[in-house]
Amino acid sequence: MNHWLTAPILLPLLGGILQIFLSFAPLGLRRTLGLATTSLILVVSISLLLLADDGAYRVYALGNWAPPFGIVLVLDRLSALMLFMTALLALFCHIYSTRGTDAQGRHFHALFLFQLMGLNIAFLTGDLFNLFVAFEVLLIASYGLLMHGGGTARSVPGLHYVVLNLIGSSLFLISVGLLYSVVGTLNMADLAVKVPQVAPEDLPLVQAAGMMLLVVFALKAALLPLCFWLPRAYANATAPVAALFAVMTKVGIYAILRVYSLIFGDQAGPLANLGMDWLFPLALVTLAFGVIGALGADGLRKLVAWQVIISVGTLLAAISLHSEASTSAALFYLLNTTWVVGGLFLVTDLIARQRGSAADRIVTAPRMRSRTLLSVLFMIGATAAAGLPPLSGFFAKVLILESVKPSPEMGWLWSVILIGSFLTVIAYSRAGSIVFWRNVEGHVKDPGHLTLPVTVSAGALISLSLVIVALAEPINRYADATAEQLHTPSAYIEILQTPVVTRRESL
Amino acid sequence: MEILFAFVIGTLTASGVYLILRARTFPVVVGLTMLSYAVNLFLFATGRLVTAGQPIIGSAKSYTDPLPQALVLTAIVIGFAMTAFVVVLALRSRADTGDDHVDGQKEAFWPEPGAKPAPEETR
Repeated sequence: MNHWLTAPILLPLLGGILQIFLSFAPLGLRRTLGLATTSLILVVSISLLLLADDGAYRVYALGNWAPPFGIVLVLDRLSALMLFMTALLALFCHIYSTRGTDAQGRHFHALFLFQLMGLNIAFLTGDLFNLFVAFEVLLIASYGLLMHGGGTARSVPGLHYVVLNLIGSSLFLISVGLLYSVVGTLNMADLAVKVPQVAPEDLPLVQAAGMMLLVVFALKAALLPLCFWLPRAYANATAPVAALFAVMTKVGIYAILRVYSLIFGDQAGPLANLGMDWLFPLALVTLAFGVIGALGADGLRKLVAWQVIISVGTLLAAISLHSEASTSAALFYLLNTTWVVGGLFLVTDLIARQRGSAADRIVTAPRMRSRTLLSVLFMIGATAAAGLPPLSGFFAKVLILESVKPSPEMGWLWSVILIGSFLTVIAYSRAGSIVFWRNVEGHVKDPGHLTLPVTVSAGALISLSLVIVALAEPINRYADATAEQLHTPSAYIEILQTPVVTRRESL
Repeated sequence: MEILFAFVIGTLTASGVYLILRARTFPVVVGLTMLSYAVNLFLFATGRLVTAGQPIIGSAKSYTDPLPQALVLTAIVIGFAMTAFVVVLALRSRADTGDDHVDGQKEAFWPEPGAKPAPEETR
């Protein structure tokens, strides 16, 4: 039992509750408290990352109920990595929001913190039904955040997003119920033990449940037939929210990685690698679809939103190969793409604010006041996202390409990723050259100055790409170790042996 | 009992799906509600249908599984909150777009290329 595991959940919960009570307090106080909470979450997640690096599983049994019966929180390398990635992204988004986004509605900080709480529960939980609850918590907060700032442009994509996710939640419940009715447990470790022992006549039921779970996670991750809601919703959200949402699709990817390596992994007998043969072609088609969307995008925000879909396709293609090397490469790419896409959303917002009525549309406009800085940031972000050397996206994609063994899949993966990257470069260079180089006479009324917090937060997220390159060796080592841990689920199952804490008789 | 139960779940699901596909906000909300009722009943049935059983071992000869009841309780609470939210959102969308289609009015969202974007709403 390690009580620190509850910190990433309790901190945003308490911080968020405090924000609700303070919703009429001065904005400065709310900002200070909100930023302090997010910074604390980052500190805690860094310490959990260091803690998890020894490769052991740490378990926290809520209410001291022994594992298969109660809900457990489990910290392993993957959870710690996701926590850290989210916390770092969230801190910069939160700093950026102090530019004025948080003044558009009273509850921005509370919603932001509850969103973090939902994400952290999802990454830490070791129970399938608790994962559902975590999804609901983060979704409720995300509905509010997506609509934050109001306006017609947000309410309609918001409605689509909410309705789709409610249907997704129903499917999640149906599949969880199916699994429970056959297997009789919802603890992930216990499921991993019991799913291989399912009686042959019950196999189709478990199979159906597994495939429905894949549909639910694919909806969260925005895999192709289920991704049409994403570009409009993300392109219309306020910048810090869109940047934070760069991690929302990654929750679906995390869930796929966790459930399909642990419960339906290699050891699952007749259900081994369930659905992975579907995932690979769908991921490649998603990638191609994202590239086509990026080429046709009429605004910078839409372009970055399509980049989210491209990265989902790349990630799931690597994950569905189901080898240690490709999982490790996917994790490396995950870090790169989440931070860079988040940074690109912020930079795009900075650009849009300096172009008056042209906003983020890819059209000629008067020259921006801070053109040099913004164009450099955009170029670095685009280079890293598209995967050109010498930035992190290049190394991540090379790792993915190297991880696949010679097979027909290799041909598909290589061609789709390489052609896709090339076309992404075209999309970015077209957008960049029109926005930055083709200026018309005239001036924008009151373009506003870049203040230090927004420049630092947007710049920092983009330049994390450079940091990933500089620290590629330790990050790669960590990703390798994480992939190894994920592919040996027998160790995860041992958390079932966690003893409960007994009361000392002397007390 | 099982057949009746399955029939009820099936009818609720079918009506829910049909209403969701109507693409008007009010039917969609009602459809979502029906779907969530169906899911709740389904979850309840995953512990097997038992009459006159108590969810406590040892208090009666036969007992019923308490866990699905706890799951259903959670699902009902979440589903209820979501329905309330989606009702408010549907009203908001109706007020913003002047139409109850889930896509709003087409003109409001697909402006002609080069047209001036609608001014951002301020509070």
